[in-house]
Amino acid sequence: MSGTASTYVPKSRVAKWFEARLPIAGLVHSSFIAYPVPRNLNYFWTFGAILAAFLGIQIITGVWLAMHYEPSATGAFNSVEKIMRDVNYGWLLRYAHANGASMFFIAVYVHMFRALYYGSYKAPREVLYILGVVIYLLMMATAFLGYTLPWGQMSFWGATVITNILAAIPVVGDTIQTLLWGGYSVGNPTVNRFFSLHYLLPWMIAGVVVLHVWALHVTGQNNPAGIPIKSGKDAVPFTPYATVKDVFATCVFMILFSWFLFYQPNYLGHADNYIAANPAVTPAHIVPEWYFLPFYAILRAVPSKLGGVILMFSAVIILAFAPWLDWSRIRSCNYRPIYRQFFWVFIGATLLLGWLGSQPPEGGYVLAAQICTAYYFAHFLIVMPLCGLFETPKALPASILESVTGPGKQVSGSGIPAGAAAAPTTKG
Amino acid sequence: MMRRVLSTTAALAVAALLIGAAPASAQEGHGGPIPGRVNWSFAGTFGRFDTAQLQRGFQVYKEVCSACHSMKLVSFRNLAQEGGPHFSAAQVKALAATYQVKDGPNDSGEMFDRPGRPADTFPPPFPNDQAAAAANGGKAPPDFSVIAKARTFSRGSLYFLTDWLPLIGYSEQGPDYIHALLNGYEEAPKDFSVPDGGHYNKYYPGHIIAMPPPITDGQVSYAKGDDGQPVVPETVDQYGKDVAAFLMWSAEPHMMDRKALGFRVILFLIILSGLLYYVKKKVWADVGGEVHGLQPELHKTF
Repeated sequence: MSGTASTYVPKSRVAKWFEARLPIAGLVHSSFIAYPVPRNLNYFWTFGAILAAFLGIQIITGVWLAMHYEPSATGAFNSVEKIMRDVNYGWLLRYAHANGASMFFIAVYVHMFRALYYGSYKAPREVLYILGVVIYLLMMATAFLGYTLPWGQMSFWGATVITNILAAIPVVGDTIQTLLWGGYSVGNPTVNRFFSLHYLLPWMIAGVVVLHVWALHVTGQNNPAGIPIKSGKDAVPFTPYATVKDVFATCVFMILFSWFLFYQPNYLGHADNYIAANPAVTPAHIVPEWYFLPFYAILRAVPSKLGGVILMFSAVIILAFAPWLDWSRIRSCNYRPIYRQFFWVFIGATLLLGWLGSQPPEGGYVLAAQICTAYYFAHFLIVMPLCGLFETPKALPASILESVTGPGKQVSGSGIPAGAAAAPTTKG
Repeated sequence: MMRRVLSTTAALAVAALLIGAAPASAQEGHGGPIPGRVNWSFAGTFGRFDTAQLQRGFQVYKEVCSACHSMKLVSFRNLAQEGGPHFSAAQVKALAATYQVKDGPNDSGEMFDRPGRPADTFPPPFPNDQAAAAANGGKAPPDFSVIAKARTFSRGSLYFLTDWLPLIGYSEQGPDYIHALLNGYEEAPKDFSVPDGGHYNKYYPGHIIAMPPPITDGQVSYAKGDDGQPVVPETVDQYGKDVAAFLMWSAEPHMMDRKALGFRVILFLIILSGLLYYVKKKVWADVGGEVHGLQPELHKTF
């Protein structure tokens, strides 16, 4: 895809014949083998591979669960329990799928933190970054739909709250709501279509992931120094260097996943969801899954329903505008002494919003959520542009190699030929 | 200037939190005391169900709870499973045959009753939820199949930070709550009025529970040991522990399989991670070693 495609030379006659007709081996070679990787990448850059692994885990376990699941208001809860009790290793499939969703979000939040801290959203990676925001939105929709499928109390009432939120949209809100419900209240048609959509969206995620990887391999990876690859010594080939590091990091992350799957499988869920859905009984506290809590806190911080809905969606959409809101030429926060401090406050405010989202919306919790919401948006709309204008950045290293060795030092062995390594950055 | 803005924002947020905490803790006060922790045999990484305890718990369910509470998702055959009460197949068959199960329609289109088989689920005490509600003051007694996972309580809003961790973690809220609830009946405080048909229970949310105290000391006679004495005390405290353990098993019948497999998987992953770490180190040594950390220039390995 990038300028490195030409380095693949098919050896056997069959490979030559095939490559002349469909150069897919060359594509894989240039994207995952010869692809130049900045040599200073830290472990934050392994989360792309971890996310890919979890997309695979979710799809495989999900396809298997769908063979036993019954998407109906009367059968959904019991069919999930049937999976837990009677299907061979059904408990493993279901707990892997439920906890896999949470792990997927942990990984995506680390991935997003990485992009924001090291300025990976800046030119020339705007499209790459926006595709990431699209994947995140699709993930949120998929996770919400999936959480409704066991048709427990929290499924039912979560579906009710979220679809009522959509009704607040002017003009088309009621139509969208009726369309999602498949009637005039949350009921049997709702489970049916939510299951269908829950099966559809992951394939859309997979499609956008392909575009995301494509865009990545055109622009090349950002790195902790935030400066482009300038010579072959700044880079190493993807295989084996990044491959082995990604595999190691994924394996370590799987330990965390396994811990939740096998020893705390219900920690990240809600006890109320083990009570079958009952439209006549409302749970004491309707709380979304943990990964939605910051946005739930923003929704409840606003006294007006429509205002809350607008702010909640804006909180996600505003991420897509980061490339144009940040006016600094410097990518990496490591060289931005002022912005870096604001950035950590932003992270703190977002985590606090998450905690506030799990608390009842009363008294000082609402006020604290309002302050944090204000800071969340101020970070994008005020801090990002102004810091870029007034901040004096620290001196950038002359090259990626120098950033890891110090000026004037040499290390043995250069990564890859200079021409191949420099190619991705010519676009920027 | 900037630092002042930051610290003022932080101070405002903390102040708002403190203001918020006051009404919130008063709110939590309505929930009453926090259930005590029972030393469950099935808790923790190596936790195992105590077969004898599950059999006693089943006895309590069968002789007491099942008069009102259904267990629609559990079959008789489940009682013979390993990692469960582990009754013999013959015992389960005999037990199932003591129940009458509605079946049909037969060839002439009639519904009929027949003796239960191990593949049958426990017949519910009431024909439907409406009948259950009508016989119990307007609200159907909850089904017991997954109740140990469907009940929990809050000990405070920050325990989520530690409850998932190895060794100090805590995931037995459900059975602890069931045990506490059975032992939580007492006289209502003087200023607390209990409506007709309600009963005061210090652990029940809101304290007014429709269920009268369901069990008393000595109500269930456990099998005797060799010396003719019960192996465990026949008290509400012990009944509560036994039935809560049984309900935990019925909610999570494959828990022991899960924990055993998890131990092997995690051990495998730790060893594999260790090997991969050294493979990676060896591979990266070819290009002069590797960097890590949030600011790699501060964390060089070469």
